[in-house]
Amino acid sequence: MTDVINAFVILANFLIVPGLTYGCQLALGALGVTLVYGILRFSNFAHGEAMSFGAMASILVMWWLQSVGISIDPLPTVLLALPIGILATVAFILATDRAVYRFYREKKAPPVSFLIASIGMMFIMGGFVRFIIGAGDQIVNDGTRFIINAREFKRMTGLDEGLAIKTSQAITVVVTVALVVALFWFLNRTRTGKSMRAYSDNEDLALLSGINPERVVMITWILTAALATIAGVLYGLDKSYKPFTYFQLLLPIFASAIVGGLGNPLGAIAGGFLIAFSEVSVTFAYRKVLGYLGPQDWQPEGLIQLLSTDYKFAVSFVILVLVLLFRPTGIFRGRSV
Amino acid sequence: MTVLIGEAMTGGYGAADILHECTIEIDEGEIAVVVGPNGAGKSTAMKAMFGMLDLRGGRVVLDGEDVTALTPQARVYKGMGFVPQTSNIFSTMTVEENLEMGAFIREDGIAETMAEVFSLFPILEEKRAQPAGELSGGQRQQVAVGRALMTRPKVLMLDEPTAGVSPIVMDELFDRIIEIARTGVTILMVEQNARQALSIADKGYVLVQGRNRYTDTGAALLANPDVRRSFLGG
Repeated sequence: MTDVINAFVILANFLIVPGLTYGCQLALGALGVTLVYGILRFSNFAHGEAMSFGAMASILVMWWLQSVGISIDPLPTVLLALPIGILATVAFILATDRAVYRFYREKKAPPVSFLIASIGMMFIMGGFVRFIIGAGDQIVNDGTRFIINAREFKRMTGLDEGLAIKTSQAITVVVTVALVVALFWFLNRTRTGKSMRAYSDNEDLALLSGINPERVVMITWILTAALATIAGVLYGLDKSYKPFTYFQLLLPIFASAIVGGLGNPLGAIAGGFLIAFSEVSVTFAYRKVLGYLGPQDWQPEGLIQLLSTDYKFAVSFVILVLVLLFRPTGIFRGRSV
Repeated sequence: MTVLIGEAMTGGYGAADILHECTIEIDEGEIAVVVGPNGAGKSTAMKAMFGMLDLRGGRVVLDGEDVTALTPQARVYKGMGFVPQTSNIFSTMTVEENLEMGAFIREDGIAETMAEVFSLFPILEEKRAQPAGELSGGQRQQVAVGRALMTRPKVLMLDEPTAGVSPIVMDELFDRIIEIARTGVTILMVEQNARQALSIADKGYVLVQGRNRYTDTGAALLANPDVRRSFLGG
């Protein structure tokens, strides 16, 4: 029996908890992508860089807070910096809309023009971020690292295997749940939120109903910028902040949004977890788990790892291709791409 | 008293004109029906009156005010309601949300108007929490009409409200439209089912190739042998 529990603790420690955390980060990122797709009807390739920008802005504020000695220990200081980071990102994103996307909106340009413009925005924002904060790694988490660490867990339970839960993981899950609840409340219960859904559902009829498209677009960007900043900070808190990783996150984020059904917020969340758990479970080495579950004194020979972690991006890619081939509207029936 | 008039409207979507000096006029509280063969410009005439295409000639007057230059949204504020022929509901939203969105421009309470719509279309009250896209064709048309009624329009314009619904549902819809007219809402409607539409019309317009061919009361048009032979199948 203890063998089974030990096996489960390994799974929880290396697969379930990290998968859940990563899933939350992807879900928040995918929500931003899906909102923009639903309202502005294009795939926003600059979203990863928006996350990076938001995280950078928050880190700059965090450094200032640290320099004047403000902290909220045991919680990381960056959480205190988050509201200002969000404001800065909202301002920046609205400025890009004013400078770039509005021009194409007025011209009623096809979605592909927006997409190409967003790729341009991606490079500009990426360069801007590196220009300010540099391309190197930055440590974001200055609070207490663990809520439960592996040694304590072993002492408490008497098991051979330890379960560690990082503060950043707990923060990620709590913040994501709160944010998703708030977002759904906004979209389903408020007049403005409903007008966004109406605009996403049927643009012409929304116009006939007197819904102001520019206002809907502005609110969408504000929500997107806030989501991107929070997702970016949570990712940086959990790992570390490095501009290049946010560029790489674009693929799993898009895979999440498309798998769930583009334009469908519920789908973005489901897709985020699906991609995260696929990635983590395919690249996880099951050797020790099977060792506990198999016969006494037996260990499998290899690592029992389906794919090396170097291939983790291939997982999103394969899922993306499969979904586009067999169910182009995604699990929750969003729009086809 | 004339509520809405599209006077000598000339225009189309591109270089070629579809409407030629076409005039449509509706008196308060009446039902006006526009019929004609396919491609006669019926829907185009209605869209022109709602500001969905640019006119090269003529004008649109609502309640004595020239609204030719106004956008469709601005005309909604002025008291015009429009039910498009297709994609006329928010299919992912519930019936109740559809009605709420119909009343988006209103700042006052909408509960009373919603109750009126529900008493007109009782099935909608029953299905108020269901996504509108899951309803039957006839029920969806009711949602579409209900949505347009939420602004309490002076003039309700319906573009082929009975397209694609069964004959029974069609009768039902026509009954409801008469009922709406009785509450004082002026109705302008484009219809494929010419015979039935003219039978409830106070005034009928037969358009051919974007021009007025016959204009009379609904009953007179139904009795007119030329109209019967050419447009009503004898």
